[in-house]
Amino acid sequence: MIEINHVSKWYGPLFQALKDCTTSVARGEVVVVCGPSGSGKSTLIKCVNALEPFQQGKIIIDGISLTDPKTNLPKLRARVGMVFQHFELFPHLRIIDNLCLAQEKVLGRSHDEAAAKAMKLLERVGLTTHARKYPAELSGGQQQRVAIARALAMDPIAMLFDEPTSALDPEMISEVLDVMVDLAREGMTMMVVTHEMGFASKVAHRVIFMDQGEIVEDTPKADFFGKPRSDRAQKFLSKILSH
Amino acid sequence: MFGNFDFDVIARALPYLFREGMVFTLTLTALSALGGIVVGTLIALLRLSGFRLLSRIAALYVDLIRSLPLVLVIFWFYFLVPYIGQWLTGAARPIKVGAFASSLITFIMFEAAYYSEIMRAGIQSISRGQPAAAQALGLTYGQTMRYVVLPQAFRNMLPVLLTQTIVLFQDTSLVYVVSIPDFLGAASIVGQRDGRLVEMYLFAALVYFVISCVASFGVRQLQARIAIVR
Repeated sequence: MIEINHVSKWYGPLFQALKDCTTSVARGEVVVVCGPSGSGKSTLIKCVNALEPFQQGKIIIDGISLTDPKTNLPKLRARVGMVFQHFELFPHLRIIDNLCLAQEKVLGRSHDEAAAKAMKLLERVGLTTHARKYPAELSGGQQQRVAIARALAMDPIAMLFDEPTSALDPEMISEVLDVMVDLAREGMTMMVVTHEMGFASKVAHRVIFMDQGEIVEDTPKADFFGKPRSDRAQKFLSKILSH
Repeated sequence: MFGNFDFDVIARALPYLFREGMVFTLTLTALSALGGIVVGTLIALLRLSGFRLLSRIAALYVDLIRSLPLVLVIFWFYFLVPYIGQWLTGAARPIKVGAFASSLITFIMFEAAYYSEIMRAGIQSISRGQPAAAQALGLTYGQTMRYVVLPQAFRNMLPVLLTQTIVLFQDTSLVYVVSIPDFLGAASIVGQRDGRLVEMYLFAALVYFVISCVASFGVRQLQARIAIVR
């Protein structure tokens, strides 16, 4: 479904953010990407949606290469859902309109059709009563659930999550993770950048560990939590699991 | 000191002052603001676009316009537009452009430079995550601007845009250099005819003051109401 082949990215001439990254996510697979801050995991997931350009390598989504000049990027992005660390709901639109905008403008659905779909998804994330509100009237956890619903409204073939719980207060993390766990169990293809190791051990199939722009480890979940092969991953795990 | 003043002259001139003069002033202000904001937004988009040449041209335009006195631009434009029109259309004679059309074009071009800087600040005030989220949903660059970035930028910038429009309302009085009877022009015509310039200019100042003050107050009220909560 998602193939990342030898991708390298530089910021300016000197700083290399990604070093020859190669991995893949199969249909229905849930892959968790973790690593210390600045390791390039967010950059990598943004490259998958072509929100960040990269200088070398190839990313192929459902058989379509991102770097092929013939690729219609907006069309391809519409098929891959993305959830951001800071939610990025559109503050000038009501919740329902946040969910309808792209359905109507990109997929060409009628307003009624889009609204029906939106309400169904809001029900799924437990927020139907908030449909007429503006994003700022919702808590962080609620906003992030709306953001997930907004991405799902496009009927994506895969979902990307870029640290979806990092900006949330602790008591709101679980309501977002619950939605993600449900998604994973339904067989959604997911690539998730997160530090939530509980989530990883519950639903991930594979765990990718990144450090300094490199994919250091790319192993089945059991192996990763059993005993990571690299020192760096061991150190990272001992740090985040010690409390 | 007001003993020698004849305020009656004002009362007699009121219909002319407002029906002719003020209507012209307000029409010119409204149309210039509208055109200026549209063209200014386009210039701001060019300036922020990734194409270096386009953004340099837009920046040059803004710098050029902002370094010229408005009076000069009005003056030159009034005399140049007929010849530019002739050159563009290849006509045998200079194209006749009315004083209104000429001053309208001047004000749109001039104000566009100022509005574009306001819009640029407005667009840049939107966090980069917003266009990223819009694009991640599959919106094109144009749709992202139209449905996500510009509506927010407009709302953030509306008070400043309106304040600039109040300045524009006062600036329209400069069309007197090409003898157009706007409100101030009309007042000055009456004043000269009746030899009551002081009364007429005092009255004109009062009218500009009241309208601008009320408008500024309105902007402040609006500002409090439309702010987007984040």
